[in-house]
Amino acid sequence: MSAARMATGPQDVGIVPTGVANLEAVAAAFRRLGRTPRLLDSAAGISGADYVVLPGVGSFAGGMAELRRRGWAEAVRRRVEEGRPTLAICLGLQLLCEESEEAPGTAGLGCVPGRVVRLAASCRIPQLGWNRVAAPAGTAFLRSAVVYFANSYGLEAGPAGWTAAMGRHGSRFVAGLERGGVLACQFHPELSGRVGAGLLKRWLEESPAAAEAFEPRAERPALAAAC
Amino acid sequence: MLNVRVIPCLDVRDGRVVKGVRFDNLADQGDPARLARRYEREGADELVILDVSATAEGRVARFETVGRVRDEISIPLTVGGGVRTAEDAGALLEAGADRVAVNTAAVERPQLLSEIASRFGAQCAVLALDGGAAAGEACPSGFEVLTHSGGRRTGLDAADWSRRAVELGAGEILLTSFDRDGTRSGYDLALIGAIREAVPVPIVASGGGAHAGHMCAAVEAGADAVLAASIFHQGDWSIGRLKDRLQQLGVAVRR
Repeated sequence: MSAARMATGPQDVGIVPTGVANLEAVAAAFRRLGRTPRLLDSAAGISGADYVVLPGVGSFAGGMAELRRRGWAEAVRRRVEEGRPTLAICLGLQLLCEESEEAPGTAGLGCVPGRVVRLAASCRIPQLGWNRVAAPAGTAFLRSAVVYFANSYGLEAGPAGWTAAMGRHGSRFVAGLERGGVLACQFHPELSGRVGAGLLKRWLEESPAAAEAFEPRAERPALAAAC
Repeated sequence: MLNVRVIPCLDVRDGRVVKGVRFDNLADQGDPARLARRYEREGADELVILDVSATAEGRVARFETVGRVRDEISIPLTVGGGVRTAEDAGALLEAGADRVAVNTAAVERPQLLSEIASRFGAQCAVLALDGGAAAGEACPSGFEVLTHSGGRRTGLDAADWSRRAVELGAGEILLTSFDRDGTRSGYDLALIGAIREAVPVPIVASGGGAHAGHMCAAVEAGADAVLAASIFHQGDWSIGRLKDRLQQLGVAVRR
């Protein structure tokens, strides 16, 4: 363990308050795993925390507006680009993408190439309930399992540079992504019972090493001046 | 493909779980956090807490009960009772709810559904629709909307109201048959069918479900989830045994 990580405490889980989300459910899930999660209130806090959670209940435009208004977008983007332990949940995964059909013209964080679209109209929308996720072999965190979803939008195809687990609701969609110490879930691990708790535990245990082993791509230009 | 959700409902009054018949004669069933923990262990897919005296007492569902249950469970939690504004909904989410159900206040001020959906997303806005057989010809679907825990008949057609609510942003309908509530005589399949015809969002069937056969019939009538209370509280069925039976009947459930 590096000196820097020791300095901020080995159990430092910070939650980014993206407007109003089900923060308490996320916090309770980490408390059950023996952690003491806290709400982050600054870009420096986002950069400094050992683990950062970007939860998501709300709208794409609302979530991005909140990240930009508080000046947090760049700190989150940088963590994800560097592969540091970061967990994005539901809308959080979508915010990592370039854009969304939910809010045309609103730029996302752009860490994940691709545009989020509305789920296939042939199915019940929102997707509310337990659905199967198929993970490829060799993932660090994601496993094939049945987990809880509550979403109307999703990413259709696994993006370049990321390892993707897929789900099906009418058509195929990205259920989870991982790269380095970053885990992004379209489902809610904090609401997925024992399976979800197991995933969070694995992410807490394995993501620091996965982050160390990750070699970021050549640094891309920072987000436009608007943020 | 989504599994059919099995949802125990905790009707809560003064911090205790209660259950009656047609929303009346409520009897004590135990501590909400203890029951919630047991139901998650048995395989519940989600929990609903309804504060049954909140509207009558002019307040929002009790936050301490929501928080205590949230600490115990790692499955989704929908909370209803006395929610009149988006701020009330936000306070319940902060206390530990994942979704918020509204009934009386949405009938009085339908815009409430849009306010909740636009702030927290459609998946967060649950319309609790209490339906009962309509007297006379006023309601084309044959069912009318009841508010104030069944205490008031509105004359509003249940199918029309569900359609309007979904247009406004409701992402799920928690559909309770007032006539069947607590009777163990099976879900009202005609009511489920009428609402299924009207809206494309998920429907949770509630009121009268006593065994797997009732639940299978509700799913065939168009429900995506089945809710029950007394059969779980009183130990007639564990959720695990119920799911075994549902599986035998060909209903896809999470194991």
